[in-house]
Amino acid sequence: MIIATLAFYLFAALTVASAFMVIASRNPVHSVLFLILAFFNSAALFILLGAEFIAMILIVVYVGAVAVLFLFVVMMLDINFAELRQGFLQYLPVGALIGLILMVELILVVGGWHLSPDALKVVAAPITEASKLTNTEQLGGLLYTQYVYLFQAAGMILLVAMIGAIVLTHRKRPGVKKQVIADQVYRRPEEAMVVRKVEPGQGV
Amino acid sequence: MVEFWDLYALPTIIIVAKILAIVLPLLVFMAYLTLYERKVMAAMQLRKGPNVVGFYGLLQPFADGAKLFFKETVIPSGANKILFLVAPMITFLLSLIAWAVIPFDEGMVLSDINVGVLYLFAISSLGVYGIIVAGWASNSRYPFLGALRSAAQMVSYEVSIGFVIISVLLCVGSLNLTDIVLAQRSELGIFGWFFIPLFPMFIVFFISILAETNRHPFDLPEAEAELVAGYQTEYSAMAFALFFLGEYVNMILMSAICVILFLGGWLPPVDIAPFNWIPGIIWFGIKIALLLFVFIWVRATLPRYRYDQLMRLGWKVFLPLTLFWVVATAGFLVAFDMVPA
Repeated sequence: MIIATLAFYLFAALTVASAFMVIASRNPVHSVLFLILAFFNSAALFILLGAEFIAMILIVVYVGAVAVLFLFVVMMLDINFAELRQGFLQYLPVGALIGLILMVELILVVGGWHLSPDALKVVAAPITEASKLTNTEQLGGLLYTQYVYLFQAAGMILLVAMIGAIVLTHRKRPGVKKQVIADQVYRRPEEAMVVRKVEPGQGV
Repeated sequence: MVEFWDLYALPTIIIVAKILAIVLPLLVFMAYLTLYERKVMAAMQLRKGPNVVGFYGLLQPFADGAKLFFKETVIPSGANKILFLVAPMITFLLSLIAWAVIPFDEGMVLSDINVGVLYLFAISSLGVYGIIVAGWASNSRYPFLGALRSAAQMVSYEVSIGFVIISVLLCVGSLNLTDIVLAQRSELGIFGWFFIPLFPMFIVFFISILAETNRHPFDLPEAEAELVAGYQTEYSAMAFALFFLGEYVNMILMSAICVILFLGGWLPPVDIAPFNWIPGIIWFGIKIALLLFVFIWVRATLPRYRYDQLMRLGWKVFLPLTLFWVVATAGFLVAFDMVPA
């Protein structure tokens, strides 16, 4: 038990510290790497809770895909750091105000939080051997039965966002030669080349 | 004191011993993989390969290792020192920690977790960091270009790997690696393994792991004709050796995953007398060596892909094919009422 507690404090402290370093470090690449560290430690916290599926998904989706794209973009940026720090005091009041509003909202939401009676019953019920489903099965059962419409709606929203991003960035340039694989596969030697008998000293 | 010993000290010692029992043989296997590769390539090209150090060249890998160990590690003056040195460590560590969930035989596994497949998928999706950090920290053009190529390549092929894994999971009904192997056990022997019903997925998976490990014909991140040596251009001595170790251990790891998913893990091909006397771990090793042979065979045979062709294969061929196959597998299982409980 004591090991679990110690591990919790270790991972929690590392999460907070690396989250702080994300905004404190001067180099944006270091920021992204600290963000990845924060993701890792939160995944470890999920594992301590026994939510192994969510922990793995956090790593696969956020660290394996999203943060790679962040890193990709940030590495190619050409940022002037001196210029970036100039406006700090000027923007401080606005930033502080937004931070304050977000915090108040969070407190309001969390303060007024009530668990639904169904959920309370589930929490109170002891886990018996017969009902010992794995995380994955439980989540799947819930998502694909009770919340299937919301789940599908979330999927549709993501699809629309994806198509929107493609439409916005797609541009047709005239005169670009593209490789048509099918044409290449269907090409026969007879149409592509001619065999000539060349006499010595005469050329083609 | 006794309680402390029983609860903490003893389990720690046992776990460390288990880890060493996995890692040390693995590194020896990896050392001989380099020799295996050079010998097989030599045979395919009608050469002899290394045959001077030790009997039949058997000590060659250790000579190479000792050479790299005693060389000087050069750090470029423009490089980001910490990240430059961290990158090879990331690659090497990631290639080792994945072995924690690989079952070598029934019950012979360090950590038999419920989400084994997802863990492996997560670890393999992290492999890109070692390369991309190395490319950036070197502060040099060729490594950076190599790193960007590799990041795009690994992310693209991961998507189809994910779908292939889903189609296997549909047939098993569990994310546990031991369960996946046991689901392939039947009186049919080799014909019950998943590479027969899911044959197209097996091929897609194998090609994708070639791309995922940056092996030929997808070794664009280190295409020596264009990029010197890609992301490892600036690395020398042990830092280079760690990349090298990481890459080869990753090859073994990916072959192991392929064996577990499609080739029945530790199961013998025919479950009758002379075959099931051989311990499962030997079968597991033989199957891995067989897949590694194909890795080397491909390297000796095929020319390198062009970059746009590589992207086309990943996004326009494999992604639609695997997506269709997932739907088809699910539909088949539901239609014939074969969904595993």
